[in-house]
Amino acid sequence: MVYMTGAEAFIKSLEKEKVDIIFGLSGGAILPICDAFNDSDIRFVLARHEQGAAHMADGYARASGRIGVCLATSGPGATNLVTGIATANIDSSPVVAFTGQVPRDMIGRDAFQEVDIIGVSASITKYNIQVRRPKEIPRAVKAAFHISNTGRKGSVLVDIPKDVQTLSEELDFPEKVSFKGYRFFEEPDPRELDWAATLLARAQKPMIMAGGGVIASNASSELLKLAEFMMAPVATTLMGKGAIPSDHPLYAGGCGMHGTCEANSLIGEADVLLVVGARFSDRTTGSIQEFSTNSKIIHIDIDRSEIDKNVETVTRVVGDAKLALNGILKRLEKVRRTGSPESPWLKRMKEFREQYAMSESKDNPHFKAPSVVKTLRKFLPRNAIVTTEVGQCQMWAALYFDTYAPRTFLTSGGLGTMGWGFPAAIGAKAARPDVTVVDIAGDGSFGMTENSLATSVEEDLPVIVLILNNRMLGMVAQWQRLFYGRRYIAAKLGKTPDFVKLAEAYGAVGFQPGNTVELEKAIKEAVDSEVTTVIDVPIDPEENVFPMVPPGRGLKDFLVEA
Amino acid sequence: MEMPISTIAFLVENKPGVLFNVTNLFRRRGFNIESITVGPLENPELARMTVSVKADAKIINQIVEQLDKMVDVIKVKRLDPIRTVMREMVLIKLNTIDPMSREEALRCVNEYHGLILNIEPDSIVVEVTGEPSTIDEFIRKVQPLGVIELSRTGVTALEKGHLKL
Ligand SMILES: Cc1ncc(C[n+]2csc(CCOP(=O)(O)OP(=O)(O)O)c2C)c(N)n1
Repeated sequence: MVYMTGAEAFIKSLEKEKVDIIFGLSGGAILPICDAFNDSDIRFVLARHEQGAAHMADGYARASGRIGVCLATSGPGATNLVTGIATANIDSSPVVAFTGQVPRDMIGRDAFQEVDIIGVSASITKYNIQVRRPKEIPRAVKAAFHISNTGRKGSVLVDIPKDVQTLSEELDFPEKVSFKGYRFFEEPDPRELDWAATLLARAQKPMIMAGGGVIASNASSELLKLAEFMMAPVATTLMGKGAIPSDHPLYAGGCGMHGTCEANSLIGEADVLLVVGARFSDRTTGSIQEFSTNSKIIHIDIDRSEIDKNVETVTRVVGDAKLALNGILKRLEKVRRTGSPESPWLKRMKEFREQYAMSESKDNPHFKAPSVVKTLRKFLPRNAIVTTEVGQCQMWAALYFDTYAPRTFLTSGGLGTMGWGFPAAIGAKAARPDVTVVDIAGDGSFGMTENSLATSVEEDLPVIVLILNNRMLGMVAQWQRLFYGRRYIAAKLGKTPDFVKLAEAYGAVGFQPGNTVELEKAIKEAVDSEVTTVIDVPIDPEENVFPMVPPGRGLKDFLVEA
Repeated sequence: MEMPISTIAFLVENKPGVLFNVTNLFRRRGFNIESITVGPLENPELARMTVSVKADAKIINQIVEQLDKMVDVIKVKRLDPIRTVMREMVLIKLNTIDPMSREEALRCVNEYHGLILNIEPDSIVVEVTGEPSTIDEFIRKVQPLGVIELSRTGVTALEKGHLKL
């Protein structure tokens, strides 16, 4: 037992969890805790908006697999975190958020900057808790870290009243916490593995759909082994991009609304579809009734409540993706010979690939977004990390940016949060300072969190923002063109701001290349300089992202042009 | 089509916020909870909760999985109506100014094995316990006699035999 203040206990608890960096913004109700950071080696990265702090923690978590931590004051500070926490939680990213709260005797009396953040965050966190005395802090912090990063990962919020931070009390630091009601299923049931293997053993046209769970459980090499053993094409969901290298011969590309024609066609023809760590989001499946109608579906997921939620499956494996894939491969090796690269099924894959090879369009008079993204790839190191904003830019990045390793393509999938990519890139840079980090942005999204430029510059967390600048809320405009008879409303962003000047105002570097040579030069300079750089690339405001499966349609009904 | 009523039993941590989190999940799907009962167990750190809700069975199964995921929910189970005993109590205040209706009221209470808890010159308060459908029936019967007010507890339930949550 030691005698200390709640704030001291808080810092000590973070240190025990080996936290070395947090992202936050202070305020009255969290000041005692902020003050205690003076006596700690934990780095406090000052965000300029709490949403940015939460996204930074999220980007840090996704790039590293370690927990991202953010912190805010009560009331408006706490509510500003909400979008960030929700974004992390839906994408199963381990983020722990700490909020200050008004003193205990003021709670419930509409005190200054009081918000019931426990009530507010209940449905957008995996777990939340308010501590009521200093000695509860070590256990609450331990619990938050444990729950956030086990089973299906997610965000956890801990709310700490101000007086609990300043009061002193005898307290101790538990080595472990357990909850009667918290169970997760890592070890798959051998019978479920048997059934899955039996189905796969008979498959003539096996296909794998890999989701974010493969990345979360670091199961990429197991995925590759199984795919290569069966010679099964692999599609990734948006969250699964990076689970298999883009240049792997078995990679069919992303699937879903803006998936490749190849992946979406193969999913329609497969006879057994093994879905790993994915939750059948509507953006991935298109019309549920028409999803992969020729296949028997096997679903591997660590979250039992995901099974049969959106799509009925024939067989399930509840458990960790790495263990499950390994278990299935072991069984298959006994009953099935390795697949052949000459199989009719892989020939079919090749046919699709040739049929839908995306033709290169020329950059005249505007840059074409796909070629900008490909140019970026060419001049980035292979291990570079890319984050994305949301909209057309995100889909161009998903379709055209080749990714070679897990945790190097980070995007807001479940929520599609505009403004996520830039602060997430800063968080990723904090996790991987040795690696080049680029946010592939739209001008609209970048505007939502551009104030993070201050953090990037002041905290020496240099990243590159490449804006595919169509002066439009481009994806909104695309839908208005395709589905609303070109009636643009609230989609044009006008001529401002000048992103080069904006970057310079924050002490960053800005470029506005006018041709491909200048674009290449700007990218090279940005990569070499290790200085926060905004590259503003003007693109055609009327350009659409294709392929596209219109909302409500089956994956086979993709459009390749307007 | 009228949705069947499902009864779900929970073992939960007996602490603030748990009820909120549980009911929040039903709210999210737009389900009106027909009844909810809670009480502590032998171990006061735990509580048992019974929720009745009208909803499609498939969705209920999925909600049960999601409830099971909650940290504060220790166990949760959808009860099979055939393997379960269910009870509910109603307190009901009847107008008895008219001697004829008073007599009829007493007869009904008797028939449903009710208890008379309070007698005033012009009203009585009675207690009836039974299956929810029995309570419905009783209320229908005494309705014409003049119900002043009533309060139902909601359903509580246990499985038959050695089954246990
Ligand atoms: C916070 C938020 N608000 C609104 C939306 C809806 N939305 C989706 S894409 C989009 C347009 C994005 O524009 P921009 O960032 O310029 O990217 P572009 O589509 O032009 O590449 C909008 C408004 C969203 N996803 N997130």
